[in-house]
Amino acid sequence: MSGIAHPRRAPPLSAYVRGVGLLGPGLADWHSGAPVIAGNAPYHPCPTVLPAPQSLPAAERRRTGATVKLAIGVAQQAVAGAAIDPASLAAVFTSSSGDGLICHEICETLATDDRQISPTRFHNSVHNAAAGYWSIATGATAASSAICGYDASFAAGLIEALTQIAVSGAPALLSAYETPYPEPLRAKRPIPDSFGAALVLALAPGETSLARITAALTDAPCDRMPDAGLEALRAGVPAARCLPLLRLLARREPGRVVIDYLSRQRLAVEVCECR
Amino acid sequence: MRPLSISRFTATSCIGRGLGETVASLRARRSGLAPCTFETVRLETYVGEVPGVDEEPLPRELARFDCRNNRLAHLGLRQDGFIEAVRESAARWGPRRIGLILGTSTSGMLATELAYRGRDPASGRLPAGFDYAATHNPYALADFAGQLLGVEGPSTVISTACSSSAKAFAAAWRMIEAGWIDAAVVGGVDSLCLTTLYGFHSLQLVSPAPCRPFDAARDGISIAEAAAFALLERLPDEAGSGTLLLTGSGESSDAHHMSSPHPQGRGARQAMEQALAAANLTPADIDYINLHGTGTPSNDAAEGCAVSGVFGPSVRASSTKGATGHTLGAAGALEAVICAIALTHRFLPGSANTRQLEPAIGFDYLRGNREDEGLRRALSNSFGFGGSNCSLVLERSA
Repeated sequence: MSGIAHPRRAPPLSAYVRGVGLLGPGLADWHSGAPVIAGNAPYHPCPTVLPAPQSLPAAERRRTGATVKLAIGVAQQAVAGAAIDPASLAAVFTSSSGDGLICHEICETLATDDRQISPTRFHNSVHNAAAGYWSIATGATAASSAICGYDASFAAGLIEALTQIAVSGAPALLSAYETPYPEPLRAKRPIPDSFGAALVLALAPGETSLARITAALTDAPCDRMPDAGLEALRAGVPAARCLPLLRLLARREPGRVVIDYLSRQRLAVEVCECR
Repeated sequence: MRPLSISRFTATSCIGRGLGETVASLRARRSGLAPCTFETVRLETYVGEVPGVDEEPLPRELARFDCRNNRLAHLGLRQDGFIEAVRESAARWGPRRIGLILGTSTSGMLATELAYRGRDPASGRLPAGFDYAATHNPYALADFAGQLLGVEGPSTVISTACSSSAKAFAAAWRMIEAGWIDAAVVGGVDSLCLTTLYGFHSLQLVSPAPCRPFDAARDGISIAEAAAFALLERLPDEAGSGTLLLTGSGESSDAHHMSSPHPQGRGARQAMEQALAAANLTPADIDYINLHGTGTPSNDAAEGCAVSGVFGPSVRASSTKGATGHTLGAAGALEAVICAIALTHRFLPGSANTRQLEPAIGFDYLRGNREDEGLRRALSNSFGFGGSNCSLVLERSA
């Protein structure tokens, strides 16, 4: 196979950011959180408040846990900001863990002699629970995925979304999210609080476009947040590894950031055509 | 879509370690399902347990990854010269030009279940030796396999329940097509654990007997474990004759229910039609379908409806889960490998355990094996919880 012409370096992958969703400690949504992330307003961390997913039928809404609420909440914000019909979107959901509380409850039950776990708890424990509930809530029948890269989960999700868009030409939703484990798992995987971020990405610009992003692999170390509180959030929650990228989007400032990916390679993201 | 070469593949399940035993079992129509004696599980059911997983040591430098799932991954990767083939490919393309995309539903969940039994009675703490990142986390599988194989390109785990490792093939194709990599190790590993055994039992989806896909009296799944892998590589402009290819993939969402399929198989149909379109084929071009065919009343009814709707009455199809059981997140990769075996050995594997065929089946469901020298194109279906569907098309070039 030695004679094949092939690119030695990964060609950059590009897309327009058409909408953003955000939810985290002291960050109620993208609208109010953007000035904080941009550094134009002070950051006051306080516990994350999760919204009820209004788009789900009542029976489904009752069954959802914190992780689904978070993943769907940020996705809804991004879709509303993009003024796009969610039913038309492919979706990539990414997180390091599934629902930590459900996992804990199942393991506790299985450690007893009874072992009778709840059927709803079991089907909500799958890593793709948020992707499933999202498609039920929106009627989206396009491809949806649920991926995991441990601390690299955000960048892995962004790469999956960008390759989907590059190959299919169709827009896609990326929702990255993480909720904390309760003890005793929390001691082994300390996630300080819930954080989620979502992007609607498309090959073509639209009226709502914030900027165009272009991603490529790099050996450079990843960027940190100038604010100590936001840096603690970035370093503490896998989904919040996107904060340096959101900072440029919030500042509406062209530039280049390096976000965390694998130990051997990071992801450089260039931001341009800001509006 | 531009086809990829499936340069190497391997599978380890309850019907065999590696391709030789797997082919022999399929030829003999031998089922690997047996009454459940796994761990401390007390359920009246059959499982597809891979023998010898507990005796499979990990390399010393990767000892922190020690858990049943990574032991099974290691056992699977050691078969059929797979590790050597990947290392050769890494040398050819460059280690950063090979990606690693694997599927799993529960990864090393069993390690956490056992750790919860060993909590400190006073503090409630988990045992000091429990390593969450290297065992429980879904990504532990790719982290372990990547270090073992020396693959340094982009690396991801897909966890969409029972479609996980089929979707790994589709995601790897996209990454190669986008030019980010030239080759990818894809596959799936899922291993027995209490969460899935008791969880599927709580949903009343587990059969007390060996599962009987597409049988009129089918009554649920048999949970099983497997490790299956393939090496996908960018093709030269002209593929040689007899090259095994990945030529199509299709993915969809049911948008219907978390744990039961759309009754008419709407999402299944969409995934199969997309896979055919991607492969530039018509339904009549498909010589064999490896069905998802779990053996639950609702899956087989919905999938049967979708298959006859797309392909009509003459298409030949079977589920191999009567032999292997349902290997959950590994099923997509395992059954893609079974399609690769069918194309290489020119036979269509019949369905083990199916006795009285479901009368509503509207296509040629194979109970016995069938030889076919002209076998060229196979389609494999994988559907999961949350309505996550994926179909793959494999071909042997003329």
